[in-house]
Amino acid sequence: MRATARLVARVDRRGQTVLAELRGESPLLLRQVPAPGGGVTVYVVGGAAGPLAGDDLRLDVEVGPGAVVRVHTVAASVALPGRPGAVSRTLVRATVAERAALFWLPEQLVAAAGCAHVADSQVAVAAGGTLHWRDELICGRHGEQPGNMEINTWVDLDDRPLLRQSLAVGPNAAGWAGPTVLAGASATGSLLIVDPARPAQSAAVCGTRARLPLAGGPATLWSATAPDAHTLREYLEPDTATDTIAASAGGEEREVVRVG
Amino acid sequence: MATPTMLLLLADGRFPAGAHAHSAGLEAAVAAGRVTDLDTLAEYLRGRLATAGLVTAAFAAAARGVAWSAGRSAALARLDAELDARTASPAQRSVSRRQGRALLRAGRRIWPQATFDDLPAAPDGPHQPLVLGLVGAAAGLNPGQVATVAAHATVTGSASAAVRLLGLDPYQVQALLVRLAGTCDATAARAARAAEEPPERLPAAAAPLADIHAEAHVTWEVRLFAS
Repeated sequence: MRATARLVARVDRRGQTVLAELRGESPLLLRQVPAPGGGVTVYVVGGAAGPLAGDDLRLDVEVGPGAVVRVHTVAASVALPGRPGAVSRTLVRATVAERAALFWLPEQLVAAAGCAHVADSQVAVAAGGTLHWRDELICGRHGEQPGNMEINTWVDLDDRPLLRQSLAVGPNAAGWAGPTVLAGASATGSLLIVDPARPAQSAAVCGTRARLPLAGGPATLWSATAPDAHTLREYLEPDTATDTIAASAGGEEREVVRVG
Repeated sequence: MATPTMLLLLADGRFPAGAHAHSAGLEAAVAAGRVTDLDTLAEYLRGRLATAGLVTAAFAAAARGVAWSAGRSAALARLDAELDARTASPAQRSVSRRQGRALLRAGRRIWPQATFDDLPAAPDGPHQPLVLGLVGAAAGLNPGQVATVAAHATVTGSASAAVRLLGLDPYQVQALLVRLAGTCDATAARAARAAEEPPERLPAAAAPLADIHAEAHVTWEVRLFAS
């Protein structure tokens, strides 16, 4: 199945974020929901199972100057096998203008057995823009090994490269379950926060999660592996990730916080 | 075209660029109990080749590719920023730049006629793969050979560290490297092909635990290896 969707947010004369465009097609439907506070909240509603191998889904998000947009999904996406040899693809392209904010906080992506999925995200943030971007991958449904999954993330900040990451799991990804990449953890993910107003934070690590200040601007990546989706979410909650990584005494390695 | 001996000299762990001081994350992986024996070491090295090995080799080959170009300075600056964006861990960025500085020191002394002055002027030094690309150019290596040197170094450094950290049988570790030689060559070939793409499309294979290991390791007060 092929589907495209597009979301364009602007600020009206009263300074409120409004959706200048909101359109999608099954299985990529967009629904605005009322939400407290400023900005708009949109849910991506999966109109069908999947993505199934062979699907090609594209979503464009444009957040204009000063606008605030939150994007969620109603449920986890489960990448499933389809026609033999076929690959399913999703491509999300987002631009965040100056003074604008995009909070991209979808539910998990699950790599089911036999899937062949490529998830690409290309995000451009203008200087002075804010971005919260979370990716969570679950390797297989309960008790199964994942198929092939590749998650590619490109983020530019002020027209310079900020983050480039490709994570590959599954039979075609050598060593993915080994001690370099995931060491058998079935959940992994990251939370990127680009926020010029946030004070710079030092690198820190606690168990299997790390707080990583990036080189390319006022941005921090929280990166983690976890035994399950629930634990991973605890590690990657935007409101708590900052505090818990330094405060938690748990984890298999002793807590270490680096200064400088 | 480089002579076979020139390729061997650059790939040799005794090349005076300080490679022996680094375990490439293995020391932290051993301490965390994730690498304990030959089998887990094999998985570690396979994962390294598929992630850091591919990225390092592609950037080294790309730097070699622009070594004789007119816009070399700008191209190297671009590669430097792209490699920063692929290295989320500050500890790993710092290690790459420190190793770059050590290799640069060697390169300047060994090839005094070669130019290294237009490498990006980062205070901590240029990223190691960029320096390797230029050193490879000075030695007459082509991008494919530079990628081979980089991929080979990805596994040999950790492998010799494993002998010291885990007390493994050096013959068995060498036999493991022999088994991985084909994968190493394939990684180098893939990296050299990828290096012809624009910088933003170069490989970006990530390994969450490699970042976590590097950040844990840098906090230790006592360690055997610098990374």
